[in-house]
This record gives sequence, C-alpha cells and structure tokens, in this order.
Amino acid sequence: MSLAEKYPDEVKAILAKYPIQRSAVMPLLYLSQRETGYISKESMSEIAAMLDLDITEVASIVGFYTLYHDEKAGKYRMQVCTDLPCALRGADQFLDALCQNLGIKVGETTPDGLVTLESVMCLAGCDKAPMFQVQEGDKITYHENMTVDKTLELIQALQAGEKDAAQ
Amino acid sequence: MTHILLRHRDIPTIKNIEVYKQNGGFESLKKVVTSLQPQQIIDEVKASGLRGRGGAGFPTGVKWSFLPTNIWPHYVVCNADESEPGTFKDREIMENNPFQLLEGVAISCYAVGAAEGYIYLRGEFQPIRDFLDECILQMEKAGFLGDNLFGTGYSLRLKTHLGAGAYICGEETALLESIEGKRGQPRVRPPFPAVVGLFDKPTVINNVETLTNLPAIIEKGAAWYKSLGTEKSPGVKIFSLSGNVNRPGNYELPLGTTFRELIYTCGAGLSEGRELKAIMPAGASSSIIRVDETNFDKVMDIAMDYENVQSVGSLLGSASVIVIDDSHDMDWVINKTVHFFKHESCGKCTPCRDGNYWMLHLVERIHHGEGTKADLELLHSVAAQVNGKCLCALGDFSTMAVTSALERFPEDFATKVKA
Ligand SMILES: Cc1cc2nc3c(=O)[nH]c(=O)nc-3n(C[C@H](O)[C@H](O)[C@H](O)COP(=O)(O)O)c2cc1C
Ligand code: SF4
Ligand code: FES
Repeated sequence: MSLAEKYPDEVKAILAKYPIQRSAVMPLLYLSQRETGYISKESMSEIAAMLDLDITEVASIVGFYTLYHDEKAGKYRMQVCTDLPCALRGADQFLDALCQNLGIKVGETTPDGLVTLESVMCLAGCDKAPMFQVQEGDKITYHENMTVDKTLELIQALQAGEKDAAQ
Repeated sequence: MTHILLRHRDIPTIKNIEVYKQNGGFESLKKVVTSLQPQQIIDEVKASGLRGRGGAGFPTGVKWSFLPTNIWPHYVVCNADESEPGTFKDREIMENNPFQLLEGVAISCYAVGAAEGYIYLRGEFQPIRDFLDECILQMEKAGFLGDNLFGTGYSLRLKTHLGAGAYICGEETALLESIEGKRGQPRVRPPFPAVVGLFDKPTVINNVETLTNLPAIIEKGAAWYKSLGTEKSPGVKIFSLSGNVNRPGNYELPLGTTFRELIYTCGAGLSEGRELKAIMPAGASSSIIRVDETNFDKVMDIAMDYENVQSVGSLLGSASVIVIDDSHDMDWVINKTVHFFKHESCGKCTPCRDGNYWMLHLVERIHHGEGTKADLELLHSVAAQVNGKCLCALGDFSTMAVTSALERFPEDFATKVKA
C-alpha cells in the first residue's frame, strides 16, 4: 500500500506544513520507515513523485542521514553510544560484554531477528553512560545508566512482548 | 543560587504550562509584543551582552541587527541539534523547561519581525520533538501563539523539524539545507543566512540555551544580566560535565567560574587514586588542555569564559567539559575523536573529507602499535593541512584534538611507535 493510502491524514498534514514542497521529504521518509524499519525503493519512488524530485535524490538523502535505513534489520535497533565521553565511562567494555552475552557482533542481529546491535556516536546522554537508544520504526527510546544485566532483561522483555503479540 | 535556565531544578513542575504561568511565564512575551518596538528589544539584548551559547559566542543582539529590513519574510531558527560529543544541556532545557525556550523563541521572532519560527532537533530527540509539538499546541490554545497575539496585529507560528542523525546539521547552513529537504551540507558563504537563509530569506539562527535566556533578560533587564558572569562574557552558562568525574551532569554557573569549582565542587572530583590528566572544554572539538603537577593550580584557577580559556591554549566552545584521568592515553583519545569526525564529515570539501580519511588511517595504525615516528610527523602534517582550509568549521574541529595531543603529550605517542 502506498503512503498516501496508508496514512492519508498525516501525509496531507506534512505536505501542508512547509512553504516549499521539498521540505516534506524528511518527515515523509520517517513515515515510510514507521512500520518496517526501513525505506523501500517503491516508497522512495512514491515520495519522489509526490515532491517532484528524482528518486536518486531521495535515495541520497536516505543515505546521508544515519537514522534512515534502506535495508531490513532487527525490529529493534539497539544503538550503543561508544563516543569519547561514554567510552571514558566504560561504554566499549559494556558493548563487548553485550556482544558476548548475545553471541553476536556489532552490526549483527539476534537469531530471532529481533534486535540489531549497533555502535553510534554521541547521543547527548554522556553523563548517564553506559547508554543506548532503541530505534523502532520512526520511534526512539533512550536507556541510560545501563548495566549488561538490565539490558539483557530489556531484550527478554522485548522478546516476550513479541511472543504475546504473535499469540 | 536559583537557576535562570534550569528552573525546573527549583520548580520541578515548570514544564506544566499553568505552573509556568504562575511563575511569571509569558509575561516577557506579553511585554514585548504589547509595549516594545522590535528595535528596543534588539538594543536591550545587545546591552545585556548575551553571547551565543552554540559554540562561537557571537553577540546575539548584534547578530539580530544584521537582517535587512527591505527583504521579507524573516525567519528565526532555533538550533536544537545538540550533537557535539559531551554536550547534553539543550536536551535538559527542552525536556524540563520547554516553555521558557519557546517563549524565548517567540521573543526573538518578534524582535526580528518573523511570523514563523522553526526549531530544528536532532533525529534522536524524536520524543522531545513530540513533547515540544504538544507544548506549542498548548501555547496556541492559551493565546501565546497564533493570530493577533495579545490583541495586537502580530501573529506568530512555531514549527518543529526533525533531523535524522548527522552532526553536521548543527552547522547553521547545513541545518537550513536540512529543513529545505536536502542533504545537510554547509553552504558557501557569503551570502550569510542573515541575508539569504531559510527558503532564501533573511534568517536568524540561535542555540536553544541562547534563546532560553531571553525571557529573563526582558523581565529583569540588561543591567541585571550584565551583573552576572564577567565583563566580556556576561550571564550564566550551562556546563555539561562528563568523563572521569564522580558527579557528571549539567551545572548552571556564572561565566567565569573556575575549572576547580566545576570539576571538584560540582563534579566531586575524580575517582579515588586517579589523577587529572587532561580537559577538553569544548567537547570533541577541543584543543586538549594538559594538566600535570607543574600547571595544576594555574589550570584549575582559569575562569571559564570566552576569553580566559584561550590562555591555556583552548576554547570554551559549547562548554562541554570532558575530564580525562591518567588511566587513558592520548593515542586512544584521538582515535575516538578522529573516528567521530571521519564519520561526520559531510564530504563536500576535499581537505576535510580526505584529511579525515588519512588521519583515521594513521591514528588507527599508531593506536594499534603499528605506527612509526614518521607516521606521527605525517599525522601532524595532515592535521596542519586540513586546518583553515575547509568550507566549514568541522574541518578545523577535526584537527584540534589531534594537533594538541601530539604537541602536548609526546610521551603518550613516543612509547607507542617504532623507530
Ligand atoms: C560542525 C558544527 C556543528 C555545530 N553544532 C551545533 C549544535 O549542535 N548546536 C548549536 O547550537 N550550534 C552548533 N554549531 C554552531 C552553529 O553553526 C551556530 O553558530 C549556532 O547555532 C548559532 O547560535 P548561537 O549564536 O546562539 O550560538 C555547530 C557548528 C559547527 C561548525
Ligand atoms: S569541512 Fe567537512 S563537514 Fe564542513 S563542508 Fe567541508 S567536508 Fe563538509
Ligand atoms: S558520548 Fe555517549 S552520549 Fe555523549
């Protein structure tokens, strides 16, 4: 289904928000990513057509910004900050321990396809390291002052929620 | 001391619009819209000496006066990109004291004759964006935004725009590109945004913290504001303290407060048995200040303002003070900063794009014990060739930590490289 069919009101509101049409591209891309966590070629074409842009231009915007994705990954992208201030407070060791416990490397996804583990730059939560954000579609949640145990519990809760939803 | 910016620390529920109103909220906006001419506000802000809190410290009132009065409409853009490693102050304001920021944005809009203001937030702040949207709605309902404010002919709308993960979008012209639906790559200047800015119209761009000062300046006056801080750097500043201290966090202090007070009194010092080795006062973009037994007291007594931090070879910048203890070596520190800048370079100009590529190669090699003395010299020379030759300040920023680390901590590198 196209964006315009799926989210008619939101698309209309976004298109009406700015004095120039093209400014709508970023919010439309977020909308496109909402359900699947990534932006498909078809969706890029639709947005390009809506805004009178070339699809390569839309694709280059997707490529430029790190929070847009053009490939499917885990439903939850767990993005651990390992930038300098967090690293001074043990963020690298935290991420290593997480990898070991989950049996995956940075960039990989848990075998159930649920959580993709990533390492990212400063998230403006440096005083609460170790910390990470979870990106799910077009939503983001911060988790601060974390431990490996707390994080594993969170992942279990996400897995349990998924099972419940499936039943 | 009661807080001027982080007022929620004194009044925890101030993010509630009723509580904000009960505590004098929107009185300043009402005062300017109903009784002052735009020029009077610009003059008052000039007289207060308020300087931009986004990093460069440019006088705010002076910036506003650059807008031409024969080209319309004008726009105000609030920079809430907050992506400098070590900076987390704007976030605390927006999450806890949102109406003071929004009132500040509204005052600046009136001062420069803008009927529309944008708040640009980094993509990671999506929940904060949703919250601000809600706050804006509440202000519209209460008559503090919208048509004919306070029964005058002045109408104002505020809108948020969400970025999507790119440090460079904090650079003001890249930010404008991003609102215009393009990749966030800086523009060539001139023309400056004051003349050709958002949607090609005259635009003022100010940091969240800068704008949050305005309601208090209007309420209490320029003379009061000038009585805080130092002669050339008036007012209060939020220092984001991070790294190897016992109590990291935001601290609102008068400009000119010493490093000693921030690190040892507010931050409760370093862990037991650890020594202070280095300070980065402007996040990853800092020249690294070396601290050792020969200069400890001198550095600790430095007044943190836009002038004095220069005396130890650095800059205040966004006042994101990263503390590094003696368990870390500088080859590791610059490996982190170069990774950051290599990742964040927008790729538009060659010195920054290629320079960071080569710096990353070299620091990786050196950090992993595979470098030579010649690599150290090469790294120094690449940094020197990037500095001052780029389209925007990110290029310069990327060299600060590298050059200062090599020059000020030679022993950290000498032991890592082969002859
Ligand atoms: C690479 C780069 C990143 C920047 N990031 C930010 C930022 O996140 N927030 C900010 O307010 N200013 C940032 N700035 C500074 C802005 O370009 C601009 O000077 C500032 O928003 C002006 O507001 P002020 O005068 O209130 O400080 C950045 C500058 C550069 C070169
Ligand atoms: S200095 Fe770097 S970030 Fe700035 S325009 Fe050039 S390539 Fe882009
Ligand atoms: S360095 Fe990790 S949030 Fe800032």
